[in-house]
Amino acid sequence: MGDIPSRSIVIASGKGGTGKTTVAVSLALTAPGPIRFLDCDVEEPNAHLFLKPKIDRSTLVTVPVPVIDAGRCRSCGHCASICRFSGIVMLAGKPQVFPELCKGCGGCSWACPEGAIREADRAVGVVEEGLAGRIEFVAGKINVAETSSPRVIRAVRRSPSGRPWTLIDAPPGTACPMMAAVHGADLVLLVTEPTPFGLNDLKLAVSSLSHLGLQFGVVINRFEGEDCRIHDYCEKGNIRIFAEIPEDRKVAEVYSRGDNIVDTLPVVRDIFIALWGEIQEAMNRSDGLRMDGRSCSS
Amino acid sequence: MRELVVLSGKGGTGKTSLTASFAFLSGRAVMADTDVDGSNLPLLFDVSVRRRESFYSGEIACVTDDLCVGCGRCESVCRFGAVHREGDRPRPKYKVDPLACEGCGFCYEVCPSKAVKLQERLTGEWFEFETRAGPLVHARLAPSGENSGKLVGLVKREARRIAKERNLDLVLVDGPPGIGCPVIASLGGVSGALFVAEPTVSGLHDFERAANLTAHFGIGSMICVNRWDLNPSLTERLEERARSLDVHPVGRVRYDRSVTQAQREGRSVVERESPAAADIRNLWKNLEL
Repeated sequence: MGDIPSRSIVIASGKGGTGKTTVAVSLALTAPGPIRFLDCDVEEPNAHLFLKPKIDRSTLVTVPVPVIDAGRCRSCGHCASICRFSGIVMLAGKPQVFPELCKGCGGCSWACPEGAIREADRAVGVVEEGLAGRIEFVAGKINVAETSSPRVIRAVRRSPSGRPWTLIDAPPGTACPMMAAVHGADLVLLVTEPTPFGLNDLKLAVSSLSHLGLQFGVVINRFEGEDCRIHDYCEKGNIRIFAEIPEDRKVAEVYSRGDNIVDTLPVVRDIFIALWGEIQEAMNRSDGLRMDGRSCSS
Repeated sequence: MRELVVLSGKGGTGKTSLTASFAFLSGRAVMADTDVDGSNLPLLFDVSVRRRESFYSGEIACVTDDLCVGCGRCESVCRFGAVHREGDRPRPKYKVDPLACEGCGFCYEVCPSKAVKLQERLTGEWFEFETRAGPLVHARLAPSGENSGKLVGLVKREARRIAKERNLDLVLVDGPPGIGCPVIASLGGVSGALFVAEPTVSGLHDFERAANLTAHFGIGSMICVNRWDLNPSLTERLEERARSLDVHPVGRVRYDRSVTQAQREGRSVVERESPAAADIRNLWKNLEL
C-alpha cells in the first residue's frame, strides 16, 4: 500500500450545487483503472448515496484538548493567558476549559508550571472506509455543530492510496475547507454552470488555485449552448475546458432519485469516457492545461 | 427587529434567489450576504458602494531571519505543520506557511530570540451597498481563506447596525452552504431559519444534517422545497421528514427556467411575473415577516 504513486484529481467548485458530486461519482464509475475515492465534503458528504459503499472501518478524528488536574493547579493563569482562542479562560480565579474553542495547539500544557494539564482526545468527526464495487471509498464526516472541517478533510486526505488514481470530491467555496481538499493535487477540475453566479464563483476559485500554484481546468455543467460567458472567460484566461454536460431535465430527475447518470443515460456516459481521455492526455503533457480552443457551440 | 437566515446545507438550492426576492417583497429589509467565499447576492442588483473596508482578525506567525538563531523550537512545537525549515544547519531558516498557520502563537512563546512575530491576519473586505431592494452588506474572504466565521459575524453586525440606523425591522441573511464554521456563525442571534431544500436524495440527506444543527442551537426553522416538481414523491418525503424534525413546511417553488433567466438579467425572480415568482410570493406570505 502506498508504494504506487497515485495521481490525484480534485473535483471542486466555487459555487455549491454545480454538480461536483455528480461529476466525481460519474468519473469514478467510468474510470479506466482501479481508483480510490475520497469524499472531502465533510459537512455535507453525498457520494455514498450514489456509490453505496460497504463501510468496514471507521476512525475518529480528534482534537487534543486540555484536562486540568484540579489537585495540582495553583490557578496561576498561565494557561489562559497563552490561549488565543478562549479555549481556557479564568473564571472566578480558576481556569475553565471550553473544549469546542480549543484548536489543540498544546500551548497550555507547555505553559503550565505545575504539570497540571494533560490532553484528552475530543472527537470532532469520523473517517469511514470501505469498498464500492472495485472502488476504494473513503469519506469524512464532521460532527454536527463542530467547526474544524479542515482537520477532518486532512484526515481523509492522509489515508494512503494503493490505487493509480485518486478522485477527491471537494467542499464548495474557496475558504479553508476547499484549500485543505485541493492541497497538493495533481489536477483540479472546477465544475461550473453558465450563469452569473457560476462565473463569479469560478473566478474566485481560479484566483485561489492560482495563488496555490495548482494545475486546473473547467467542466461546464448544465450547458445550454446559448450562454457563452464561461467559454469567453476561459478563452481569455487560457483555461482549458475539459468537458461540457448539457442541461437536461432528465439528468436532474435521474440524480434526484439517487441513480447514477452514467448508468442510465448512455450519452452522458460517453461524455465522461471522453473526459477521462482528456484528463489522461492533459496529465501526460507538460503543457497539459492549455486551452484546446473549445468554442461555445452557439 | 427580526432576523431570518436562509440556509440549505446543500449548495445551489436557491438561497440567494429567494433572499433577493424576499428583500424586494419586504421593502423594509437589510440584506446580509454571509456566503463570504462565494458571495452572489450583489449580482442581482445594480449596487452602489457606500462603504468599503478591510477586516483583520486573528494572527499569523512570521519569522524574522535576522533575529533567528536557528534552534528550530518553532518547528518542533507547531502541531499544524505550518513551520518549515529551509537550508541546513548550523544556520537554517524557518518559514511559516500562512495557509497552515492557525495563529495559536505557540512558536512565538517558545522562541528564545524573539524572532517570531505575530501579525494581524487580513481576513477579507466588506462592503456596504445600496440596492433597489434596500441596503446590502457583502464580504469577500481573503485568498488565505481563514476565519470566515469571524467575517460572517461582522457582516451580520453591520447589517443590524444599518437596520437600526434606518429604522428597518428585518435583516435577511443569505447563508453559506454546509454546516460548518461560517454556517454556525450565520446562526448567531437569528429569530428563525428557512431551509431551501431540493427534492433529491442529496438534498434530503443535507437538509437533515443542517436541521440537526439548528435544533442543536434551539433555532425555530421552516422549510421550502425548491424545484419540487422534479420529484414530487421525494418532496412529500422531505416535508414529512421536516415535520418530524419540527421544521415547518411553508411553501414549494416549482422548476422554472425564469429563475435562471432572472439571474442572467441581474434581477430578483419576483420582479417579473412567472410561475416561480407566484410561488415565491405565496411562500413570502406564509413566512409572516
